[in-house]
Amino acid sequence: MSKHPGSAQTVESAPAPKPRAPASGSPATGRACGLEVISLTKRFGDFTAMDQVSMKVRPGSFHALLGENGAGKSTLVKCVVGYQQPDEGSILIADREQQVRSPREASMLGVGMVYQHFTLVPHMTVAENLIMSRIDTPQFINWRQARVELEAFMQRMPFRISLNAPASSLAAGEKQKVEILRQLYLERRFLILDEPTSVLTPNEADEVLGMLKEMCRRGEVTVLMITHKLREVKAFTDSVSVLRAGRYVGGGDTDDLTTEDLAELMVGERQPPAAESRAARGAGRTVLEISGMRARDDEGVPAVRDVSLSVSAGEIVGIVGVSGNGQKELVEVLAGQRHAENTGISVQGQPYRARRSEMIRHGVAILPEEPLRNACVPGMTVADNMAFRVFDRAPYSFMGWLRNGQRRKRAQELIKAFGVRTPGAESPIGKLSGGNVQRAVLARELTGDVRLLIAANPVFGLDFKAVREIHDRLREARDNGTAVLLISEDLDEVLQLSDRILVMYEGRIVYETTRDQAQVRSIGKHMAGDHA
Amino acid sequence: MQAGTLFLHARRAGSAAVPPVLALLAACVLFSLFLLVQGISPSAVFGNIYDGAFGSWFSWQNSMQRAAPIMLTALCVAITAKLGLIVIGAEGALVLGGLGAALAGLALQGWLPPLGAQVGLLLAGAVVGGLWIALAGALRHYRGVNETISTLLLTYIAIAVLNHLVEGPLRDPASLNNPSTFPLDWNVMIGEIPGTTIHWGFGFAVVACIVCWVLVNRTTFGFAARMIGGNPQAAKLSGIPVGRVLLLACGLGGAAAGLAGAVEVAAVHGAANSSLAVGYGFTGILVAFIARQNALAIIAVAILLGGLEASSGVVQRRMDLPDATLVVFQGIAFLCVLASEAIQGRLRMPQLLRPREAV
Repeated sequence: MSKHPGSAQTVESAPAPKPRAPASGSPATGRACGLEVISLTKRFGDFTAMDQVSMKVRPGSFHALLGENGAGKSTLVKCVVGYQQPDEGSILIADREQQVRSPREASMLGVGMVYQHFTLVPHMTVAENLIMSRIDTPQFINWRQARVELEAFMQRMPFRISLNAPASSLAAGEKQKVEILRQLYLERRFLILDEPTSVLTPNEADEVLGMLKEMCRRGEVTVLMITHKLREVKAFTDSVSVLRAGRYVGGGDTDDLTTEDLAELMVGERQPPAAESRAARGAGRTVLEISGMRARDDEGVPAVRDVSLSVSAGEIVGIVGVSGNGQKELVEVLAGQRHAENTGISVQGQPYRARRSEMIRHGVAILPEEPLRNACVPGMTVADNMAFRVFDRAPYSFMGWLRNGQRRKRAQELIKAFGVRTPGAESPIGKLSGGNVQRAVLARELTGDVRLLIAANPVFGLDFKAVREIHDRLREARDNGTAVLLISEDLDEVLQLSDRILVMYEGRIVYETTRDQAQVRSIGKHMAGDHA
Repeated sequence: MQAGTLFLHARRAGSAAVPPVLALLAACVLFSLFLLVQGISPSAVFGNIYDGAFGSWFSWQNSMQRAAPIMLTALCVAITAKLGLIVIGAEGALVLGGLGAALAGLALQGWLPPLGAQVGLLLAGAVVGGLWIALAGALRHYRGVNETISTLLLTYIAIAVLNHLVEGPLRDPASLNNPSTFPLDWNVMIGEIPGTTIHWGFGFAVVACIVCWVLVNRTTFGFAARMIGGNPQAAKLSGIPVGRVLLLACGLGGAAAGLAGAVEVAAVHGAANSSLAVGYGFTGILVAFIARQNALAIIAVAILLGGLEASSGVVQRRMDLPDATLVVFQGIAFLCVLASEAIQGRLRMPQLLRPREAV
């Protein structure tokens, strides 16, 4: 978090404040105000999340911010709304340089944000939710007066929502509209939306985006929308900026850019690494087969809509996709952590219901994302956590009795073999660092006869060395004949490791290619929902 | 190495004991304030509590006798707590276990030898109590019903069922003041440990605590239970049959509480009646929390709380204080223990007592 006072800022803080009210800007503007960022940089430790990003959003335009996971989009908007402070660079709101130190300051400047997930209080009515969100909510609310004002406000809005309806009774699209209404009620002139349509059906999405477009056209507000969906970009927005790996890589008027151009900007011109010079493996026996899996997410919305795939011995199949397209639920069903309407899983030709006996018989291992949360008991010791797969088998137990000595001895061997840095086998695993927790889980899952390995974002949040180590382990498992299913949000990781690549979008596998024929551009297109 | 592990265990046990001990001391201070406000000398009250609970061999025996059902109901709370459940309905399992034991005893006496009838009635009590809490476990696992609320409500149902039956269909017409079932024969009653006036129920309870500790800490079942309690997601990932382990643990906990009811019937009352529901199940919650769900610690804490209950008569007589005074003390103690759990990890423990941090 090194701050460099006065490096880039001194250059940019010079422009004389123009004595011009934001409302009387260019002819297209009503109340809407523009945004410009100049050489914005943000570092987290050694990692540069955003590197010298400069871009401009015209007042009254509907602007899309495109990029893969981790491209720096969230960092950019967090700096604009004051959740984070940029290390370098400057932010101009309505042509004035501003230091946005907190979300409250951003809202004073008329900048507001709508999040991916709803922030309404479910049991309160729409009216109450709106009033409550005001910074200056009085101690005592004169409801009669407030209601008159609210109704007058609603009259000016392009759509109506019953003020008396409890938020919990609204459909997803209506909730999203109330979120947007609330920003307008708070008199925001610049709106940032973080994947506003990820929780909406396509029809709801079209309605909400159409309404936003109309409001931009009338100059009431400027919209900056983070999205992954090229279709929405093409259909609704005026202009677009693309970030990749923390840098601004291009953009312009939406009309001048094709979806191919956008996909290429998003994923870059990476070539999949040349096929390794190994003797061509004959496709091994099919180990994992899924046919027609369907499962719902925590809210009961279908998340995995119809997934069929197969993984053979000795290959890595990578599933890539923007997060939130059902990958998490797919992994949870495979791991036995989520009930599915139709699992359709078979392993080595036999139906598989993620029972312990089946896991042992078929040699199934799972590396879930966030291992401390999904695969460990933080309060139990490292030795105990390493024994989850074997504690009830000889020689670690005898007739239902635990043999602590055996368990500890095995843990000590694994700690050494996998280089887990821990004060001892008897320390609670919750006290270890992320990389060491992952190593401990890796040691547990990869020891023994593993014929099917399912890995979900296995290197998320780990440092370079740990990443390489874990990737080597996955390759090694593959070379030893294990069938590996890798689910990742990181396209580079999938390209690097996989023999076959599948793209998951809205709960379905929409594209499949082999590594040799992989074209990054078409993978990117499918990740962004363009299946033409 | 061996001595080292032993030292480690001792230190761990020591540091685990600190918060509840501090909480109990805080409760004593608050209770003293409560007494001072009324113009009563705290030292006199604490002196009498000590006399009544542990002042003589006689009072020791009385305390241990009362500790037996408290230990067993505390086990019900502690075993289920290992799975992350908060079961507060041991009272209900105790009541129905007692009723089941009385009925089994009445049915078996006469055509089985006394020992057989005794075994039968104890088993019956355990089975009924086990099914009762397993029911709450099933509601939780299959229907998502909060087990804390369901066990509390099931307790009221259990007490109502008992009262209905002993005042109606199962009533012994000879029981006038206190409607009861027919009494058990003297020879199926559970006797005293030789050389004492403590009934065998105390022995059963101590054995049950030891068995429970071994079960939780030394068996694969206990290991699976701790996995579920620590992180159900991780348990599912390892293919642990969560539902089965949960139902079994609830059944075992309920069986302990049901056994407490059976002992009360077969060693104290001789019949099932409303005297079964005197709050041992609720004292058990307090004991389990003070003992931090450790089955061995429950033995000691239950004797302490048993002593407190045993001394209530002495305090009442000598100090002319209402019966409820010591209930107030229990309530304060419970709040202090819960508060100490809540602030755990937020207050810094003295360096000496803190387990070594990971590097």
